[in-house]
Amino acid sequence: MKPRHKRALMIVGALATLAIAAVLILNALNSNIALYVTPSEVAAGKAPKGQTFRIGGMVKDGSLKRDELVVHFIITDLVKEIPVSYKGILPDLFKEGKGAVVQGKLDPDGQFVASEVLAKHDENYMPPEAKHALEQAQKNGAK
Amino acid sequence: MEYSMIPEIGHFALILALGVSIIQGVLPLIGAQQGRREWLVLARPATQISFVLLAISFAILAWCFYVNDFSVLYVAEHSNSQLPTVYRLGAVWGGHEGSLLLWIFLLTGWAFAVAQLSKTLDEFMVARVLGVLGLVATGLLLFVLATSNPFERLLPAAQDGRSLNPLLQDPGLVFHPPMLYMGYVGFSVAFAFAIASLLSGKLDAAWARWSRPWTTTAWIFLTLGIALGSWWAYYELGWGGWWFWDPVENASFMPWLIGTALLHSLAVTEKRGGFKNWTVLLAIIAFSMSLLGTFLVRSGVLTSVHAFATDPRRGIFILILLSLVVGSSLFLYALRAPKSTLGGAFSLMSRETLILLGNVFLVVAAGSVLLGTLYPLLIDALNLGKISVGPPYFNAVFVPIMVPVLFLLAIGPWANWKSTNLNALLKRLWLAAVVAVVAAILIPRMMGEFTILTALGFLLSFWIIASGVLQIIRQFKVGKPTRSFIGMQLGHIGIAVFVIGVTMVGAYQEEKDVRMAPGDTVSVGGYQIRLVEVRPAQGPNYQATRGTFELGRHGKTEEVLYPEKRNYDSSTMPMTEAAIDAGLTRDIYVSLGEPLEGNAWAVRVYYKPFVDWIWGGCLLMALGGLFAVMDKRYRLRLKK
Repeated sequence: MKPRHKRALMIVGALATLAIAAVLILNALNSNIALYVTPSEVAAGKAPKGQTFRIGGMVKDGSLKRDELVVHFIITDLVKEIPVSYKGILPDLFKEGKGAVVQGKLDPDGQFVASEVLAKHDENYMPPEAKHALEQAQKNGAK
Repeated sequence: MEYSMIPEIGHFALILALGVSIIQGVLPLIGAQQGRREWLVLARPATQISFVLLAISFAILAWCFYVNDFSVLYVAEHSNSQLPTVYRLGAVWGGHEGSLLLWIFLLTGWAFAVAQLSKTLDEFMVARVLGVLGLVATGLLLFVLATSNPFERLLPAAQDGRSLNPLLQDPGLVFHPPMLYMGYVGFSVAFAFAIASLLSGKLDAAWARWSRPWTTTAWIFLTLGIALGSWWAYYELGWGGWWFWDPVENASFMPWLIGTALLHSLAVTEKRGGFKNWTVLLAIIAFSMSLLGTFLVRSGVLTSVHAFATDPRRGIFILILLSLVVGSSLFLYALRAPKSTLGGAFSLMSRETLILLGNVFLVVAAGSVLLGTLYPLLIDALNLGKISVGPPYFNAVFVPIMVPVLFLLAIGPWANWKSTNLNALLKRLWLAAVVAVVAAILIPRMMGEFTILTALGFLLSFWIIASGVLQIIRQFKVGKPTRSFIGMQLGHIGIAVFVIGVTMVGAYQEEKDVRMAPGDTVSVGGYQIRLVEVRPAQGPNYQATRGTFELGRHGKTEEVLYPEKRNYDSSTMPMTEAAIDAGLTRDIYVSLGEPLEGNAWAVRVYYKPFVDWIWGGCLLMALGGLFAVMDKRYRLRLKK
């Protein structure tokens, strides 16, 4: 094979690899992104339907209830409240009155069924998404 | 109350080090360009002095932790008098300021090592390499002194410190960051060699031979650092997973992928004089990825385990530093790289081609990880909303890209440089292919369910192992193998061992969250776990609730496990301490959740088959790197 052909073949190979990677990446990005939504947006019906998304906010004081392995609590941006249920063990840093992020879907009754509960690993640290939700709510409330 | 002046000495040493680094970064580089010997020779002493200054500074910070000097803000924020001594020392790099000081200390340490071990290297090259390292050190020292001074005083001093995050009070913390940083920072040497070669216009095999052991050494540390972090997350965070595609994990994984590509590309440059431009570019990217990792972790733009509450100035400073390094080195690359040639010709079926293919896949993989990591930041910056990209993205993209890499990895070592005969290759590899297919069919049937993905995992790992074993046998028939050869085989088999662990855990693990009262039994993976009791226990600086679980099989108790729920005195945050019965073929993992009604507890029980093979594989890879570095051809050069 001539060097010129060889180089052409290599370039074609590299481009094909990149193309396949690009397809894989775009496809995966499309189906695996979870949108962050604030409790107020959920209450206003702006949450994606039938899709997994994340809510950031505060866990309302006194809202945590246990029913064997299922826990119920309310996540709020201090304006709107969304009831959340989660089956399993909560992370160590999950606490009433502290920030948390939950990932899951809305069920038909407007209850959020979480598949994942994230609390961050420093007691003095507020997840930026939770902070963002509170700030948004405050801004809109002040208007 | 009297305050010790010692922290000021540490601060002063840092300022002096900045001055020395500027000299180290400027004069030798100019001297090398203009042929001024008297400037050139400054490189070594300046490097030595700045290393000593950083060592003093670092030792003083450690001393402040040791004597509980709470008049130092950083100490007061990250330690307290109740903290056991070993964790007080670990706490030196438990926060932002200290970990950056460690970064720079290690950077000057690498530069010092280059200065000491380069006696036979061309003077101009040494001056340039040390000069580039001096410039990098200058940038980081400016950053520390301007925004993150670890010696900042707190007057009047705090009565006691605020304590280290309990999560970090673990032997894992003592070793994980230094190892990881050794790797991160170590790529600065490969980077400096690359820039020096661009400056001099001398991109030859000798350059690659010099740069190679340094790159491999950095890669060993990075491999160990990532593995330690993964292991730590597994047993300490109480999640039982070994990799989460957390942005910070990705930040350490991207330089690893590029570094791995660089190792192989350097081999081609050394042996065949080829891929020079590509190798230089990879060296630049590897270090840029290390800096990007530092930026991502330290700037607070990411939501992560590793994010500290931060000051936006810091993020901007690192971003500027990052763009300066990347921008100026790519600019230099664009100016100088086209002048060097492609190197020896090779045919389509040759070791060069295989390595090149592997390289392309590794770089594409790193790119896909980069995209997934930065995408949420990009969307947020463009005000298009807040999103998160989760593990499914990374699994969907990363795994398919890695399949061809693993497939090629078994063939590469058999192929000859320049050109290789496809028929001869097939003749040697058919047995490995048979072994791989048999393993792919039989093992999933033995373990339980058969799926395409598990079969693929075993196919590829046994393909690599069988091919490696065949080649080792052949090599021993011919004569004593070189350390390089042993290193390569160990590294490749390490990958296979890792893949076996990942496949086994992915397909056959069992995870159960259950309600258990004393006397209750739960079974996973053929084992029975019985809760005996839950009672309070006292630790050195925490109160705990300790569970007693009997782990048994076929009605016989084999092991007793004691998971704990801890409350540290200095913190309001509870800590889950999982109990793990580790074994060669499986781990049993038990952790306490929350107390439930009726004296019961929510308990998490995991059965993790072959999970330790994941870290075992990483150890093998690192060991392989060690063998490669100790190869005779590098040592002979050092002795001369």
